[in-house]
Amino acid sequence: MNANSEQRRRERLDRGIKVRSDGIYSLMSYRELCYLVLPRAVLITGMLILPLVVPTYWQKVVSYVCIYALLTLSFDFLAHFVGLVSLGGAFFVGTGGYFAAILNTVLGLPPLLSIPIATILGAFICTLLLLPCLPLRGVYFAIVTLMYPLLFTRVIEALNILGGTDGMVGVTNFTNHYFIIIMLLAFLFGIRRLVNQDLGLVLRAVKDNDQAVRASGMSITYYKTIAVFIGSVMGCLAGAYLAHVFEWAGLSSFALDFSILPIAATVIGGAGTLVGPVLGAFILVPLNEWLRDFGTLRIVIYALILLAFIVFRSEGIMVYGMRKYHQFEKWVKV
Amino acid sequence: MSTAPLLQINQVTKTFGGVFALNEVSLDLHEGEILGIIGPNGSGKTTLVNCITGFLELTAGEVLFRGKVISGKAAHKIADMGITRTFQIMRPYYSLPAYKNLVIPLFAPRARRTGGWRGGGKLGDRNTVSIDILEELGFERESFVPYKMASNLPTGYLKRLELARCLALNPEIIICDEVFSGLSMSEIASMVPLIERLQMEGITLIMIEHRLRELFRVANRIMVLNFGEKLMEGTAEEVMADEKVKEAYFGSEEVEEVMEHA
Repeated sequence: MNANSEQRRRERLDRGIKVRSDGIYSLMSYRELCYLVLPRAVLITGMLILPLVVPTYWQKVVSYVCIYALLTLSFDFLAHFVGLVSLGGAFFVGTGGYFAAILNTVLGLPPLLSIPIATILGAFICTLLLLPCLPLRGVYFAIVTLMYPLLFTRVIEALNILGGTDGMVGVTNFTNHYFIIIMLLAFLFGIRRLVNQDLGLVLRAVKDNDQAVRASGMSITYYKTIAVFIGSVMGCLAGAYLAHVFEWAGLSSFALDFSILPIAATVIGGAGTLVGPVLGAFILVPLNEWLRDFGTLRIVIYALILLAFIVFRSEGIMVYGMRKYHQFEKWVKV
Repeated sequence: MSTAPLLQINQVTKTFGGVFALNEVSLDLHEGEILGIIGPNGSGKTTLVNCITGFLELTAGEVLFRGKVISGKAAHKIADMGITRTFQIMRPYYSLPAYKNLVIPLFAPRARRTGGWRGGGKLGDRNTVSIDILEELGFERESFVPYKMASNLPTGYLKRLELARCLALNPEIIICDEVFSGLSMSEIASMVPLIERLQMEGITLIMIEHRLRELFRVANRIMVLNFGEKLMEGTAEEVMADEKVKEAYFGSEEVEEVMEHA
């Protein structure tokens, strides 16, 4: 037989439980119900039993993973649902961390008060500082979010305030995996719901087409401000909790890692899926920890993995997985 | 005229560098009329729309709406007052289905205040209202057109979607920037009654068009722009008879065609 007659192509069919409108499903059997609920259930139970099953050394990593996952969620939300590419992970973590440290060491608030107050206060300050660049379009937001951490480290260093280069020590220890896991799950499902609600649709519209939003009588800056506040709440929560895990807030709270790793995790997990980037953080952060034995060589391995993902699976794990899960595939003869 | 004009454009000038895109253009728009704006390419028609709706800042002059100065206000504030526009290059939210495209303007403060088009001051469920508006504009509900992604819709529907986005705000003035261009004759034939119906409902329209024959049919008054200056203003017959207009459109087959038909 010649090669032509054997040419086949892959045909993809959607599974028939999705209705035309988003978020409404038609379920005909328990099997379809399981099909719908199972991934969510696996994710939630998986995260909840995680602190119980991991070995002692890895216990602390659970908290780091959740901190990075929150930052990644914040990045994915801002970048893919509002169109603001934020490199502000370090900015948010630093602001949240320092606020938590001040509230805890100076005012003597317990962690369960200092974390929420630092989160809200920090997010408020971050939003206020980012406000001037919100009416602008283009890369300015990314540049400004990257600039603030650099600015703050130099200011703290030069003026020797807030503990100077030593940082603020003596923060009460508060390492509660369930606190941060539940926060992460709450934000994950909350943001997923938000982006499909009317307010979320407006935010997505700002990304899609800001001129049309203006022509509809809505201020783009106002909606961007709301989105940045939501994004920085997640970031500052991560920072405030981190300060209590480290029992310290210092210049390295403004480290660039907090800005870069979320982007890498988003690339690996699948941009715009929200769950994907969180999974990306769950892969990258432990990997980072595991490769610690290799010393600085781990950066090379790290970079190679990233490169491989960008070249071979640029859509990310989650998009790929969702396609495999939601569609039947079969080979048909052409 | 006893009533004051709804929209007054006084000596509006807009320069880009040294180029006069608009040079002291003045215009009165009366309530309930359809005003056509025509002119060769680059004559400043879209610039005028951008200046009225606040998307561009004026170099000189002023725009008044119901006697109040609106020039200098932000674009979203002007839209909130009820002056809406369509875009010549359509700007739908491509990643959303058609009916979700309308949920966004229905979320706007003005839509909530006024209840949207024919809402009577009370806004119902946004998804339902948006599908109702789309059905009025010819998105067939039975064939699920409102549920299609905007990126999959043909030009005709996208033009209607632009108009629907304006209508969702329950506007007083709609400025249509070439809603007929790129449409087939049959699509235009179905758009014209829609425009006429909007006028009967009391909406004032400014229409910028290159499709002169269709425009002359619906417009009460025509303004001609050429190189950023107002050439003349009058009824369709007056415009067609004017020597200066012929000169500006010299060689344009459509004008001659229209004139032959007239």
